[in-house]
Amino acid sequence: MTNSPEATDRAAWIGQLARAKPDRLRALFPTLPPYEVLRPAEIGTVMVQGRAGGTGAPFNLGEVTVTRCALRLTTGEVGHGHVQGRDKDHATRAAILDALLQTDQSSALRAAVLAPLAADETAHRAGRAAKAAATKVEFFTLVRGEDK
Amino acid sequence: MYVAVKGGERAIDAAHAWLAEERRGDRGIAALSVAQIRTQLTLAVNRVMAEGSLYDPDLAALAIKQARGDLIEAVFLIRAYRTTLPRFGASIPVDTARMAVIRRVSATFKDLPGGQILGPTFDYTHRLLDFALMAEGDAPLPQKEAPTTGDAPSAHIPHVMEFLNRDDLIETEAPIDATPPDLTREPMELPAARALRLQALARGDEGFVLSMAYSTQRGYGRTHAFVGELRIGMVAVQMHIPELGFAIDIGEVELTECETVNQFKGSKTVPPQFTRGYGLIFGQSERKAISMSLCDRALRWRELGEDNIGAPAQDEEFVLMHADNVQATGFLEHIKLPHYVDFQSELELIRRLRSEAIAAREAAE
Amino acid sequence: MTPDALIGGFTDAPVQASHAFRAALNALSRPGQIETLRGATAPAPLSSAAATLAMTLFDVTTPVHLAGAHDIPALRDWITFHTGAPLVEPRAASFAIGTWAALQPISRFAIGLPDYPDRAATLIVEMPTLDAEGTRLTGPGIETEAFLYLPETAAFTANRTLFPLGFDCFFTAGTKVAGLPRSTFVEDI
Repeated sequence: MTNSPEATDRAAWIGQLARAKPDRLRALFPTLPPYEVLRPAEIGTVMVQGRAGGTGAPFNLGEVTVTRCALRLTTGEVGHGHVQGRDKDHATRAAILDALLQTDQSSALRAAVLAPLAADETAHRAGRAAKAAATKVEFFTLVRGEDK
Repeated sequence: MYVAVKGGERAIDAAHAWLAEERRGDRGIAALSVAQIRTQLTLAVNRVMAEGSLYDPDLAALAIKQARGDLIEAVFLIRAYRTTLPRFGASIPVDTARMAVIRRVSATFKDLPGGQILGPTFDYTHRLLDFALMAEGDAPLPQKEAPTTGDAPSAHIPHVMEFLNRDDLIETEAPIDATPPDLTREPMELPAARALRLQALARGDEGFVLSMAYSTQRGYGRTHAFVGELRIGMVAVQMHIPELGFAIDIGEVELTECETVNQFKGSKTVPPQFTRGYGLIFGQSERKAISMSLCDRALRWRELGEDNIGAPAQDEEFVLMHADNVQATGFLEHIKLPHYVDFQSELELIRRLRSEAIAAREAAE
Repeated sequence: MTPDALIGGFTDAPVQASHAFRAALNALSRPGQIETLRGATAPAPLSSAAATLAMTLFDVTTPVHLAGAHDIPALRDWITFHTGAPLVEPRAASFAIGTWAALQPISRFAIGLPDYPDRAATLIVEMPTLDAEGTRLTGPGIETEAFLYLPETAAFTANRTLFPLGFDCFFTAGTKVAGLPRSTFVEDI
């Protein structure tokens, strides 16, 4: 299934907002505009599936806590938030930003919210990757007996 | 038969109050915070998430605190909490080839593409108690940061098995997309599909799964397993959202994945080639992941056309029905609760049998 | 997704779902007794009672069949957004919604298995009105007798002979609901 460029773009920002640390998101975007609740923030689970052998038939690995929320801005845009964990404020804020990113505030919010989040994430991942790279190892097998 | 008892409300309240006091321990010592447990007893948190079958580090840490460190009790608390939550749906199967690996080793290929990454491992430690940790305050960090000369792992790290696949030396996993059975929603029915076995093993007790796996290594259903690849890292969890019409990332989870390569001489239906066992566990838990792979492989005897030699690890009912520590502890521990009426009837039976036996002996004399 | 799909759900799910579940439980355990169900509003033609039942009983693990005039995009989207229930053909359904005529033939729905009688369908039958008169009901949950207007009698008499297998029914109209479990004997008088 291939998504339209708009859907790919929106999926990317929704993911960025979901992966954000709730405190960081609140700091970057503290004040919420007025909105109408379509589905109040609720805590539930999503069953995480794996695949046998990594690529085979799916199986149920276990659940993860997820909080979701759907709302509508007074200007009519609908926003959805689906975030890992049990933070209703995070889900609500993510949904509001999802809606606002569909308005003419999009470019301002990309710079003020999405860009810092992406930078945080890149830095965090780079730090982990560098630590991992430092533990990279070359194993040698030692020749025994008369083999040359 | 269960017969209700009543009474003892005040005693139970007093017992619970004392339990809370004991949990807190010496008030001269600072209380443990949930955040401390989450960030410093991470592997205990991981175990509770894996066996509680719910990925939420904060809740697992809370459960450990509340259970006074009794991990099975903590798993029980997590399972009980989980039942109160609505299920929004299932994720798209996670793509472990896109894992941000912090550890990746192979016991079969020393020069695996992408490299071997040891990560934060206990392997190669000397298992000597580090008394520096007993000193007050933080243990000093290593003097210098380790050099970070190596290339950072790329976003896509193919599984080692794919290289064996190319030569047909190992069985391939058919990428089918059936909806897997879910033992948390439907009672387990045997024979179980592999998907159901993997679910049961993933949430099974680490000690039980380890012992079953060990039994196969010692000869009870030997499968000649090598760790083809073991990897640990973060993986994105994606879900299709109907109201959006596309899939989104809802977060990421840390997973440990193990793939074993198993020797296989072939059977009536399958030519000689390597076969595979698979383990996937929430959090960092390579002991559990390797154990799961060995158990998975041992339980696959039927589909590979192997003989069932009667080993416990090949016995699907034995393994699947006894792997769950919450079920096991529930049934085991209930026998300490009041059974006065049951026991009364047992007592009367024994008395009657004895009096009959004595009467018969006297009559014979 | 149609705009109306996103509105009309519960505003206070734990409380509203608990009240609705209690009403649904009363309806099924006291066959023929008419209960009130409100809290959810769905696109027409789904009644408020049926919408509230859907919010209370459906989730991602309960496949649902929409029959006849109820099988429209607005309602499919509403069910999907608010409950997550997969929409399926009759054979695979845990729940089915429609008028009695639209649900025919009734033999398409699951009646459970001897090992698992619970794997049967529950039919939510939309009615113009609910009246506590007409067909005589007797059996578990009914002290002497109860009366309920049913769209027909033969199907429910036949369903009773399958016991412990068989389908269960809710009848809904406006904000009213009545239950008819498979254990109830029905007869015209």
